Amino acid sequence: MIAVAGKRRLVWAPALGPPDRLLTLLALALSGTGLLLVWSATRMAGGHALLVRQAVAVGGGLVLMWLVSRVDLRVLRAYVPLAYVLALAALAAVLSPLGVRVNGAHSWIVLAPGVQFQPSELAKLALAPAFAVPLAELRDGRRRPGFGVVLLALALAAAPIGLIALQPDLGTMMVFAAMVSGALLVSGAPKRWLLVLFAGAAAAGAAAWRLGLVRPYQLERLLVLVRPGADPGGVGYNAAQARIAIGSGGLSGKGLFNGEQTAGHFVPEQHTDFIFTVAGEELGFAGAALILLAVFVLLWRGLSIARHAASPYGVVLAGGLVSWLGFQTFMNAGMTMGLMPIVGVPLPFVSYGGSATVAGLVAVGLLQAVHRSKPVQP
Amino acid sequence: MSRGRLLVLRLVATAMLATLLGRLWFLQVVNGAAYVRAAADVRVRSVPLPPTRGQILDVTGRPLVTNTTRPVVTVDAMALAHQPDGGRAVLTRLGEALGRPYRQLAEKVRLCGPSVPQPCWQGSPYEPIPVARDVSVPVALQISERQQDFPGVRTEPRPIRVYPYGRAAAHTLGYVQGAKGRDGLEAAYDRDLAGRAGRTDVAVDNTGRVTRTIRQEPPVPGDTLVTSIDARVQAIAEQALGEALASGGGSSGAAVVLESATGRVVALAGRPAYDPSVWTDGVTAREYRALPLLSQAVQGEWAPGSTWKVTSAAAAAAAGYGLGATYDCPPGYTVGDRVFRNFAGADLGPMTMHGALVRSCDTIFYRLADRLWRRGSDALQRTARGFGFGRPTGVDLPGEAAGAVPDAASKRAQWRATRAEICRRSREGYPEMGDRARAAYLTELARENCRGGGVWRGGDAANFAIGQGGVLVTPLQLARAYAAVANGGTLYSPRVGLKVVRPGGTTVRTITPPVTGRLPASDATLRFLRQALGQVPRTGTAAGAFKGFPFGRIAVAGKTGTAESFGRRDTSWFASFAPDPGYTVVVVLSEGGRGAEGAAPAARAIWEGILGLRERR
Repeated sequence: MIAVAGKRRLVWAPALGPPDRLLTLLALALSGTGLLLVWSATRMAGGHALLVRQAVAVGGGLVLMWLVSRVDLRVLRAYVPLAYVLALAALAAVLSPLGVRVNGAHSWIVLAPGVQFQPSELAKLALAPAFAVPLAELRDGRRRPGFGVVLLALALAAAPIGLIALQPDLGTMMVFAAMVSGALLVSGAPKRWLLVLFAGAAAAGAAAWRLGLVRPYQLERLLVLVRPGADPGGVGYNAAQARIAIGSGGLSGKGLFNGEQTAGHFVPEQHTDFIFTVAGEELGFAGAALILLAVFVLLWRGLSIARHAASPYGVVLAGGLVSWLGFQTFMNAGMTMGLMPIVGVPLPFVSYGGSATVAGLVAVGLLQAVHRSKPVQP
Repeated sequence: MSRGRLLVLRLVATAMLATLLGRLWFLQVVNGAAYVRAAADVRVRSVPLPPTRGQILDVTGRPLVTNTTRPVVTVDAMALAHQPDGGRAVLTRLGEALGRPYRQLAEKVRLCGPSVPQPCWQGSPYEPIPVARDVSVPVALQISERQQDFPGVRTEPRPIRVYPYGRAAAHTLGYVQGAKGRDGLEAAYDRDLAGRAGRTDVAVDNTGRVTRTIRQEPPVPGDTLVTSIDARVQAIAEQALGEALASGGGSSGAAVVLESATGRVVALAGRPAYDPSVWTDGVTAREYRALPLLSQAVQGEWAPGSTWKVTSAAAAAAAGYGLGATYDCPPGYTVGDRVFRNFAGADLGPMTMHGALVRSCDTIFYRLADRLWRRGSDALQRTARGFGFGRPTGVDLPGEAAGAVPDAASKRAQWRATRAEICRRSREGYPEMGDRARAAYLTELARENCRGGGVWRGGDAANFAIGQGGVLVTPLQLARAYAAVANGGTLYSPRVGLKVVRPGGTTVRTITPPVTGRLPASDATLRFLRQALGQVPRTGTAAGAFKGFPFGRIAVAGKTGTAESFGRRDTSWFASFAPDPGYTVVVVLSEGGRGAEGAAPAARAIWEGILGLRERR
């Protein structure tokens, strides 16, 4: 697929603008911080196996980010259908006997012992560009996507979301919903349709609740948010320990590798979904707030990229990516601090996990691609 | 394309950031201190380190109570909990090695909680739980060498109390339960002996495994208590008391040896006694009830009989009755409508007060009491209280009895308290009693008491004067009164403790018996009493018991006492002192018969033992 022509210039990038250096810098800083925190969270368990795996994921993710950032959006669009179909196939495979059940949900595919990936993470990468395709195809001189276009886009989104609902993975579903909502919002779809859509989503959610489609453990996680004392042995324990770890960090933290709650492994899943508690305990308010600020600045740059995007496709793509990363960050940090229900979503760039790390970095690569793509010269 | 829509996303992102930062500030800065404490609760476990308890030594430094170590099998509850079967297999194997059922061990190591019944472990789950204390060395070795079979099980030496002198002074020494002194010196000097527990704060991980030691505070060993007890004199007193009781002295008794001039306790023996090593392995509730825990020397109360006459004679002297004057000692003296008789109805003829003490004439004291009573004088009671009776001596031992000095007020109070029952008996009699004559006698007595029982009469006064009729003393009270007679009139609050010494040897404090008063008797009266009592073992009532005694080497003076006890054999007393060595020796045998027969020979044995010790030196 990769062919080199001329002097170190890829053929599919005929005219690229300069990359957004701050965006790259923030992605690097967050990934690096993530490595340190993963190291801290796993070092007492003995061995550096997890740290090495995460470092490999970050390295691979950065390479992919660099590659993707050099792809012209028009070239990218050519590969969107293929990526979308592959993502759907992988999501379907997860539900087959190939899938592995973790924490009550089928979400993994094991390629070989020790080599596994989470199709839902990669599906985010596939859906964001695919979803933007119909929304950005404005024909007949219309300035806004029409009803039919919106329906087509939603149909594209419904397939992966439906497959994820079957796993079931509530958190990822919510991230997908946020991504779709953000993309729809910036696509310029009429307000009344957006309202109808949100009303419909709310009705569907209520129906799912009434019909008992929400699993007991999902209900439990939602209830814990309302009543922290409920289920002290299970999810409630997790929530309480996460808050203790973060709270005990104070203003300046206990210092990297000095977190005693972290060393004692009191917070379950600390190196993955609860990595933010390591930051809270060891780096304190100063460090944890800095991480949140870094993500915020990254998102802000992403929205600026959307604003200045050369094509409607770039706007919708960037809007979807920013909504995904922003909502996932809010969900993750919020659940460790008792603001959001405990649903398993990782902190972008920071949490341990190959698929999520690669997906986050490639998303940044996509934002760079939007940024660097020049307007079409007629 | 709408730029307004992008602005919406910017606003949403800003709102989310503000929410997260606000929450982060609330958790870490506003409530940070509370979470730091909560984190420590989760992470830090304190394991107490017991201190070594101080020794109790005799006056020459011989250990009366000391420590040794014994292999104790302990179980780490956390390690057991991490076994796949919760430690069941380990405890079963351990039970086989120790010869105990699994259930018994499981009960000892389960942690107490709201739904866990007793027995259970009340201490820290991170503290090794002792499950067997009396383990033989081969079994201990077997367990420590097969660690793979016994994960979490350890054998470690633990300090236990040792009593080199066995039963001797068991009550005085007291005992320790749960690292706390519960009786005797162990309780009275618990703060000195206990030392201070140290502790180790350890960090644990989420599985309870200890990851590191945060802080270690070593225990401070307890101080040593040096007592004024002389182990050799104690042994002599124990032997004399034991032999006297064995040859018909009854079931209980006591022997007290004081240093007359200082009020220090040299020996305190009491029977029945027990071997204090029973506490080492723990005592069941049933065994506990069967233990004779009462220290007869300080908690036993008996009527003093004629040993009481020193107070009556002092009262007479103070009331103006000449000590050298001649009094008649008829066989009986009538008070009211009742005749009070001498012991065995003896007619001893005219004699001085000196003779009244030496030959123990009762009728002289009956007349004295009757006359004082008629005058409305309470000189007898006042003098008795002045001799320290009727209130605890304040000795440094717990649970001391006060004795009793009855008077008009106390008799009235007692009558008021029992009047209803007495008057019911006067109406209904004693139909449940088989002995008709005795029932009739008691009914008649109840009838009298119901009407006028609360009045202090001449008969009460007469009985009081000879140490009967409700008078009660403890052996220690009598000993300190006689010590005061011997030392010129100073009444001490006796002390067993001599000094408290640090393990390193520096003295923390010296304990001095406080002076609680002076005897209400002039020097002349005291001289007279010493002289009269000096004759008792030579020519008086105790002459038989002291026949052939080397008075030239120890000038023992004393007084016999025989107290009637309703329905039982008489209580036998001998209270004595000598100028050199300046000891006071008091012996009481609950059913020893006449003082001259039971207690006096026992006291003689003690004096001879003391003499032997002195001459060996």
